[in-house]
Amino acid sequence: MATVELTFSALPAHVRTARLIATAVARRAGVSEDLLDEVRLAVGEACSRAVEAHRLHCPDEPIRIELCDDSGRFEVTVIDVAPSEDADLAERPEPEKASANGHELSGLLPDMSDLGLAVIAGLADDVEVIPSAKGVRVKMSWPAVNGLPSTT
Amino acid sequence: MDLKLDHRTEGQLTIVEVEGEIDVYTAPRLRELLIDLVNKGNFHLLVNMEKVDFLDSTGLGVLVGGLKRVRAHDGSLELVCTQERILKIFRITGLTKVFGIYSSVEEAKEAHGRDK
Repeated sequence: MATVELTFSALPAHVRTARLIATAVARRAGVSEDLLDEVRLAVGEACSRAVEAHRLHCPDEPIRIELCDDSGRFEVTVIDVAPSEDADLAERPEPEKASANGHELSGLLPDMSDLGLAVIAGLADDVEVIPSAKGVRVKMSWPAVNGLPSTT
Repeated sequence: MDLKLDHRTEGQLTIVEVEGEIDVYTAPRLRELLIDLVNKGNFHLLVNMEKVDFLDSTGLGVLVGGLKRVRAHDGSLELVCTQERILKIFRITGLTKVFGIYSSVEEAKEAHGRDK
């Protein structure tokens, strides 16, 4: 069982809450202070991706996060229930369309539709994206001091 | 913290002051401001991110969108940022090659002046 489980409605406003909770649990689990920003950003990216997928396909369904601190790792799993083929980031609305001089920039720009997962991959020690017909699980982890302290 | 936005014009340069968190919830406000500035003929933008606490890929997308818009008018969109945690996101995504990133508004203004 996860140390902390959280479900939230697929609203952008709740992503901030989710990343703040994840950061607080990570700190409590003993994740090093210099990694907490990475936890905060990676969890925010995974939640944003899930929110976008739900808003497109199942806006009434909640998104679930599991936060675990077993075996010296702090592990976060963000679980959505949007169909994986539809939840692919390629479906995510393009932030802006190029109007002109786009070809000049295009050689330099990363694939903007995959930017969220690229950021997660660059931040988390270990990332696993598990698509299925029932949704996508994004699992990521960081080193942490073993378990929660027994006393505060 | 929510997102605070402000802007001012100094010569040809429009300086956009951003404070707080740029994420999936707040980024649309920054997008609207950048679009509005471009629509009003401000094609040389300098976004000061020194007071930004948090930036995610949605925010990066908005900045890239703004860059594309100003480039369509032979303009520029450059950034002021010295915070390592924000710069790291630009490095991870390769966007350090796309944006001019300065350590202060003054430095950016000087560079902008040299290019004119």
